This record gives sequence, C-alpha cells and structure tokens, in this order.
Amino acid sequence: MAGETILSVKDLRVRFRTLDGVVEAVKGIHLHVDAGETVAVVGESGSGKSQTMMAAMSLLASNGEATGAVDYRGKNLLTLGKSELNKVRGRKISMIFQEPMTSLDPLYTIGNQLMEPIRKHRGLSGAAARAEALRLLELVKIPDPERRLKSYPHEMSGGQRQRVMIAMALANDPDILIADEPTTALDVTIQAQILTLLAELQRKLGMAIVFITHDLGIVRRFADRVYVMRYGEVVEEGKADELFANPQHDYTKMLLAAEPTGRKAPPAANAPILLEGRNVEVEFKIGGGFLAGPPMLLRAVDRISIMLKQRQTIGIVGESGSGKSTLGRALLRLLPSQGTIRFGNKDLSKADRADMRPLRRELQLVFQDPFGSLSPRMTVGQIITEGLLVHEPSLSSKERDNRAVEALREVGLSPETRNRYPHEFSGGQRQRIAIARAMILKPKVVVLDEPTSALDRSVQKQIVELLRKLQADHDLSYLFISHDLAVVRAMSDYIIVMKQGKIVEEGPTEEIFGAPREAYTKTLMAAAIDETKFRQSA
Amino acid sequence: MFLYVFRRLLTAIPTMFVIVTLAFFLIRVAPGGPFNQERGLSPEIKANLEAQFGLNDPIWLQYVNYLKNLLHGNFGPSYNLPDFTVTELFANGLPISVQLGLSALVLALAVGTVLGIVAALNQNKLGDYSVIALATAGSTIPTFVIAPVIQLLFGLTWKLLPIGGWGDGAWINKIGPILTLSLPQIAIVARLMRGSMIESLRSNHIRTARALGLSDWSVVVKHALRGAVLPIVSYAGPAAAALLTGSIIVETIFAIPGIGRYFVDAALNRDYTLVMGTVVVIALFTIAFNLIVDILYAFFDPRVRYD
Repeated sequence: MAGETILSVKDLRVRFRTLDGVVEAVKGIHLHVDAGETVAVVGESGSGKSQTMMAAMSLLASNGEATGAVDYRGKNLLTLGKSELNKVRGRKISMIFQEPMTSLDPLYTIGNQLMEPIRKHRGLSGAAARAEALRLLELVKIPDPERRLKSYPHEMSGGQRQRVMIAMALANDPDILIADEPTTALDVTIQAQILTLLAELQRKLGMAIVFITHDLGIVRRFADRVYVMRYGEVVEEGKADELFANPQHDYTKMLLAAEPTGRKAPPAANAPILLEGRNVEVEFKIGGGFLAGPPMLLRAVDRISIMLKQRQTIGIVGESGSGKSTLGRALLRLLPSQGTIRFGNKDLSKADRADMRPLRRELQLVFQDPFGSLSPRMTVGQIITEGLLVHEPSLSSKERDNRAVEALREVGLSPETRNRYPHEFSGGQRQRIAIARAMILKPKVVVLDEPTSALDRSVQKQIVELLRKLQADHDLSYLFISHDLAVVRAMSDYIIVMKQGKIVEEGPTEEIFGAPREAYTKTLMAAAIDETKFRQSA
Repeated sequence: MFLYVFRRLLTAIPTMFVIVTLAFFLIRVAPGGPFNQERGLSPEIKANLEAQFGLNDPIWLQYVNYLKNLLHGNFGPSYNLPDFTVTELFANGLPISVQLGLSALVLALAVGTVLGIVAALNQNKLGDYSVIALATAGSTIPTFVIAPVIQLLFGLTWKLLPIGGWGDGAWINKIGPILTLSLPQIAIVARLMRGSMIESLRSNHIRTARALGLSDWSVVVKHALRGAVLPIVSYAGPAAAALLTGSIIVETIFAIPGIGRYFVDAALNRDYTLVMGTVVVIALFTIAFNLIVDILYAFFDPRVRYD
C-alpha cells in the first residue's frame, strides 16, 4: 500500500573532518521513502549507506556534518532544533542497529529502557508505560515477557536483544523504521526469525522500513524498491524485482554476481590421511576458586572424530557457540584436549609445546579478523617472514625477502607492498596478507577460521578463488570453519554440521546441501539459501 | 553478595599476616635500632632499655610476641615517644587525618567529576581546553608548593585563613590543608572522568538513546554518566586509603597533629612498633576501601555479580 512520500532526501552530502583532511562520505544523493513501503539501501562497506541514514537522524559522529535537505512531512530534519528533532526521533522515525550486543544500555533493565521512550513521547504514567512495555515484548515474541522486563541486556541472547531493540523502535508507532544491517551480527537461523518478525510487524503496523544492508539475499526477499550505493553515490535505483531481473549499472551486476560460485571436487579416494582426530574433547572450566566451590565444566567439543585427507577441504558449519572454532584449535593443539590427534604418522595427543614447534609450520591457522590479527607496528614484509625466522633460521635476509616477494605474488599482492604497514590496506588485502603469512611456510594443513566473514561479498568471492587456487597448486588440506553456507559450499568437498559441541550431521557437500537428513541441518539450510519472500511486495 | 563479602574478609586475614610479617622483618633488616641516636646513650642505659622492650630476645620470639599482642589489639609502646602507646598516638591523630582526607576526597570527587563531564561534553572546545589546562597544572604542581602558596596568599596577604595549626579542629583551620590535599586529586579525577565520559558518549547504546529521541539530560546523566563513573570508583578506593591515612607534607607544613608524619618519622628513628602500627592501619584501610570499591561496582554495574 505505497502512499504519499513521507521522507525525501535531497542533495545530501556528508563530510567528515579527519586528520587527513575532509572526507566526503555521501556525495549529494537523492532518495525518498513512501508510506508503508520497504526501501533497501544496498552497498558494500564504505559506500555511505549507513551515514546517509545517520545524517537523516542527526546521529553523525561529532566530526561529521551534513548539508542538503532531509524532509520529513514538510520539516527539514537537518535544520530542526534539538527539542523539535526529538519529537521526530523515536516517535515518527526510529532506528535499529547492527550491533544488538552493545546497542542496549548494559546498566538498566529491559523494562526501564523500554518504558523510557514511551513515557517521554506519550507522557504515560509508570503503570501504563509498564503495561505498554509488556505488550511490546509480547508483540516481538519474547518468551516470558513479565520476567524479561526485569532482565538486563547481558542476560539475553543477541537475537533476543535485537527483538528488544525492535520493540523499543516500534514503541511509539513510528511512520518509518530504519534498520541498519539489523541481522548481520546474528546467526542465520536467528536472522530468518528476525526478518520474519519485521515483515509480520510491518503488515500489522503499516510502517515504512528503510533497510540498510550489504546482503542482496535479504533485499531480494524483503524490499519493494532498491537504491544501490557506491562511494557515496546512488548508482542505480528501481523496483526490486526489475533491478534483480535486469540490472543496468556494472556495479549492480558485479554485486549480483558476487556470490561465490564453483564447487570443489573431492580428493582422490586413495589420498593419504593427513590430520586425524578421534573422540576429541575440549572442556572449559567456568568460575570456581577459593570458597566458591568447584568450577562448572562446559564441554565445548564433545567426542568428535574427523579425518582430513590430502587436498581435502572439510567445511565445519554451525552457529556461534557450536564449538567449531574450538575444534579447529584443538586439532592444532592450540588448546588442551582429550582424545587422540594424529598428524601424518605422529601422535600429537601427548605432544607438548616444544614437540609441537617444528610441526607448526606444517599446521597453519588463518583468523577471521583481518584488522586485529596483523601487528600494526610491523611492516607487511616483517609480518609474513616472521615465521621463517623460527622455522628456517638458516635463511639469509636476502632469501627471506625473496620468499616474501614470492608469497605476496601468490596471494595476488604487489611485492612492493612489503615495506608498508597493515593500516594502509583494505580488509580483503589484509586477509591476503594473513594468507601469505601462512603460505610462506609451505604448510600441509591450514585451518581457516571464518576467513571471509568480515569481508564484503565481492571480496569474499576473490578470497575463495584464491584459496582454491593455492590448494590446487600446493596440495593443501583445509579445515574451513564458517557460518556462511554459501562460502562453505563453494570451498568444501565434505561438511560437518556442529551444534553444542557435537556433530549433528556430516557427509559430502552435495549430499548435505541436496538432501539434509537432520532437522537442524534443514533449518540451517532453509535459513541460508531459501529464496521465498518474507513479505509480498506492496 | 553476603557470601562474597564474607569470603573477601576471610582472604584479608592471610593478606594482613603476610604484610605484617614482611614489615616486621624488613624494618629490622635496616641497620641501627630505636636507641641508636645521634648523641648516643650510655651503653648501660641502652642495654636497660633494650631489655625492657624485649629487644634482646631472639628475633623469632620478638615476632611471636608482637603477633600475640597484635591479636589482642595491642600495638605496644612507641620507642621514641616513650610517654605514649602506639594505640594512643593513633587514637589522637587518626581522626584528624581521616577528617581532612575524607573532606578532600569528597571535594575532589564532586568538583573533579563535574569538571570532567563539562570537558567531555565540550570536547576539543574552549571548556575542554580550560579543564585540561587546569588539570595538568593541578597534577604537576607539587603539594609542597601549593601549601606554602595558600599560606602566603590566604594567610599572610589576605589574612583570611590561619597560617597553620589545628586550632582544636576549628573549621577555618581545615580549609588550607583540605584544599592542598584535594587539588591534585581534583585534577586526576577530572582527567579520568573526561576520558571515560568521552568513551561512554561514543558507545552504541548512547546512539540508541539519541535515536529514540531521549532528552540530552537523560542521554548524558542517566545513560552515559552511570557507565562512565566506574573508572572513578576504581580510582577512589586506593586514593581514599592514601588520603585518609594522612599526608606528611600537608601535616608538616600546616602543623597538623595527624598520623601522616608518623610513617616517615618512625621509619627514620627505627621506632619499630610505630612503623608496624602505621603499616597495619594503612593496610587495613587499603583492604577495606578495595572491598568497598568492589561492592560499589556491583551496585553500579549489574553485569558484575559476586555469587
């Protein structure tokens, strides 16, 4: 039921004053939102999609400034006084954010935080606001809402916190809900639940939704109209169906084609087994101590057996807390564990740190976070050759340098970059550096712990291709840990599905994707690759 | 919570034991004794005195006896102020030091917190720069400069305050010492507060509060401030222990009969019992204030739970 235009952004520019001078994040864009419709603003990191909406809500960081106009029902939000603005924010236009874990105040109860905007905007009494808060928690389907009113944010899961955020945003029956990547930080199954809830609430309450996202899958299933942004400009706009069917701009076409493609063939049947774990168990102690009683035991990995052959990629999938990263670390003996672990013909179960050291070069690990895992005070050359100092101390510095050049070429970076520092590189380039750091040692097994999760889709695709090429060139075996099923599917020939430390289901990739047997796997698959729409187009 | 406090009090016992033991032997390792004075006592008198205070006993016996007395709340006689027991000295001096210290602490927390908030809300503007300048000055000018300047200006030039002395606790005598004690603390608290408030104002839940259209008052006071005071609470614990046990500089310059001077005087004179008494008092204050800080922490931050 698209109606009149209620929000229109005209020639909006957002500039930030930084140490490197003024940076223009949004460069004169136009967009509009009609009553009751769902508009998606799509783009990769740095496209200015979030800053556009932050500017509209006067939420820019203190070094930012916006010019142009953001008209909401005849008022320019950019020039409105503070108290006038606060009659619109949270009342007529509200917003939910990407980080459900930190977007609620940790020091107040859910009830207190829910009641505050209700009382502020509608002037209800305490008791009436409380009843209203209870109704909202029911609306967003939080179980046991009466008790939850007294809970603190840290007592709730990410999905529940996002529901609370939605309840707060909808508390005063707004015209427009701006949702800034509201499901990016959540597991796929939770993501589907939240999107279903948003669609249902929109049907019930009739507000317009502005959806800021990098995820075209969500846009396809959710939006009426789409704006595609790049480098602070809108490069294409149109009805969702038309835009997906017939993209005009090269960038849109590139985004649409950015899903990682291709499949990995399984290794030869007689390929030797490289890394084998039998009944691997990892327990963590929680609490305990002087007069506090015995600690609680949490079994993060529960009797898991796994066999990794040469040139094989085993994908380990599962939601956060399923124990998939812990398993990867235990197999590399980076965590103490029970059970047997064999590498080639060596038994690692009893190996101590000194025994492990010579084996480390053959067992490498690449982390998720390309920003935190590279030392900011070392040059790229120093970072990638550091392992050589330990494992091949006889190399001269000239030889090390040659190896660095070779490794950087392999991962598709120019060798001249080796004298620069990590902060000068983008996320995708940093991940290439992290991969080069592992590859320079010529390893046999590489554990890849969510190596593409922090990257944009188009960059993900490149990294997936790079990893597959390196595998083919060097006979590598991968343990690929990820919650992203599209990437796992493109990378692995065998898949293990984990939940609460246990294997739920395992098998060759096409079997798991084609015909999942277990209910949990089916839920996971449905949430990730289903293409049915959450809502009918207006 | 009750169990937690009980547990903490129990762990305080071994902590105290270690502190007392270390201090007991360390001060005896230092060369000389309580009766090696400049002018020198005649050997007979010295021997008599040492016999009277049990200083000729084997050191382990002295240690056991000291612990026994301590458990009965008896700190023993002062060797250098022979008319007083250590307990009497503290009974007279401690209330004075605590009064001055506590007032200085309260003043520092009140003024420092407000200055810090003002600076944070005006980040990189005039208000911020003035607070930073003030705070830098406050923490770099030593108390032995501040104290005489206060005496000179307020005491001699303008004749508003007495130059020194306790005056039986007249309030006008307390102003100079309290100001001197609190100025550096104001500076530290203001800087801490500024930093943590700026960080707090940048956090995601503050963005949420703004997006919900809450008033500035609610955003700043209800949501940003409560999280931002936590570092101040942490700092205030050890600071309170230090302030309340007196300051040798302030008490000497203003001629205040507190306990601040005992620590240094007693250590220099090898007044074993008085040194030990001071160690015990400071340790008790430190343990108590750290416990109070941890309890306050749980009060301010619901994520902290001790059970």
